[in-house]
Amino acid sequence: MVTAVATAADNPWFSWSYVTDNADVLWARTTEHALLTIEAVAIAAVIAVPLGLLASRVRWLAGPLLGTAAVVYTVPSLALFAILAPIMGIGRQPVLLGLVLYALLVILRNTVTGLDGVDPAAVDAARGVGHGPLQVLARVRLPNALPSIVAGLRLATVTTVALVTVGVVVGYGGLGQLMFQGFRNNFYRAEILTATIACVLLALVLDLVLWAAGRALTPWLRGRSA
Amino acid sequence: MTTTASSSPGVVEQAVTYLNDPLSWTGPGGILELGREHLLLTASAVLIATVVALPVGAWLGHGRRGGGVTVWLTNASRAVPTLGIILLLATAGLFGDGATVVAAAVFALPVLLVNTYEGVRGADPSARDAAIGLGMPGRQVLTRVELPLATALVAAGLRTAVVQVSATVPLAALAGGGGLGQIIALGMGTQRYGQVLAGGVLVAALALVLDGVFAVVQRLVTPAPLRAAARR
Repeated sequence: MVTAVATAADNPWFSWSYVTDNADVLWARTTEHALLTIEAVAIAAVIAVPLGLLASRVRWLAGPLLGTAAVVYTVPSLALFAILAPIMGIGRQPVLLGLVLYALLVILRNTVTGLDGVDPAAVDAARGVGHGPLQVLARVRLPNALPSIVAGLRLATVTTVALVTVGVVVGYGGLGQLMFQGFRNNFYRAEILTATIACVLLALVLDLVLWAAGRALTPWLRGRSA
Repeated sequence: MTTTASSSPGVVEQAVTYLNDPLSWTGPGGILELGREHLLLTASAVLIATVVALPVGAWLGHGRRGGGVTVWLTNASRAVPTLGIILLLATAGLFGDGATVVAAAVFALPVLLVNTYEGVRGADPSARDAAIGLGMPGRQVLTRVELPLATALVAAGLRTAVVQVSATVPLAALAGGGGLGQIIALGMGTQRYGQVLAGGVLVAALALVLDGVFAVVQRLVTPAPLRAAARR
């Protein structure tokens, strides 16, 4: 640790030469980070949205489902990865499973909130014109709950991007690998800060993509305030 | 699952053995000492965050200004990787318990700020009007009407902050900080995965217990008519 003490002059917080010299590694880690995030949120959505539909139909299920998800969400990420890794092995799998578990609660909660908030009059009207249960779901309830579901997906994505970095403790942290490597490599500040900034930027970009997708999917809401 | 460690059948056993060994609990660097340290760090960070966030949130909510900024701050703080900030603080020479408390407090601040702000701003306007009609000065309107009405949300924010800080503290162990995270960091470094598992269980248990304790606190301090508002 004594050798780590360096002056600001030889250890700048940020350097463009670091970015240009290591562009390929940065890109590789960012891609790894993005793919893991997308995969985790996609899996969580595929599980949570149908569960949310089920919970909004079978009312007594809503409490236990949301409660269980909330308990899992309370477990600190480092602890969850530390529990999963020794059992599943070091690497990508325990990180992916952990991320899916965290994203589940956010998406599930927003799906249930969104479906509960659908105007009963709209559902009644749809039934009145002869729509069956599936048609009511596909044409009225889901489209009306969509803004809330998209909001859940956005929140889940942004938090997942930040959480991936903790995966470094079990050997798969995307940009977190660079942060930790920089830390161990004589406190290489430029490497840590660049990875941190890249992480924030990735969260912003993915959030923007989901926002745009949500906007494109709900054309009837345009013109109203977001 | 392709990466399953060859030692996986024995890992759970090792964890149980570690947790059953009295030497793991007592003595210097034992679970009890690290747990006490963990709680102390958590309490300090939450205290600092509360001392800053409560007055600022109450003032902003009372004046109904800065709402956009508080919400933006909360959302932006979610995107910032805590680990990166902790490591950056360490490279700036901020090591150990002090830096851990600062980093954890910074990340607990937004949730307390936004809940206090929303609670005060969302106080029933007719109650506020009545207080003003009675001739209460602005300060009294805040302390005697708006803040009591905001208790439910402030308590909910405090609970979230406590759980969040108790989850941030172990991350600092990766940069040499104290607390129960040390068990995980040390186990990883020495490839004793049973100890890693045990550390994970301990950190998780502490977070769940704190969440439970503060759920009770939240219920006790929230006046009965306001309880429905706290469920968010």
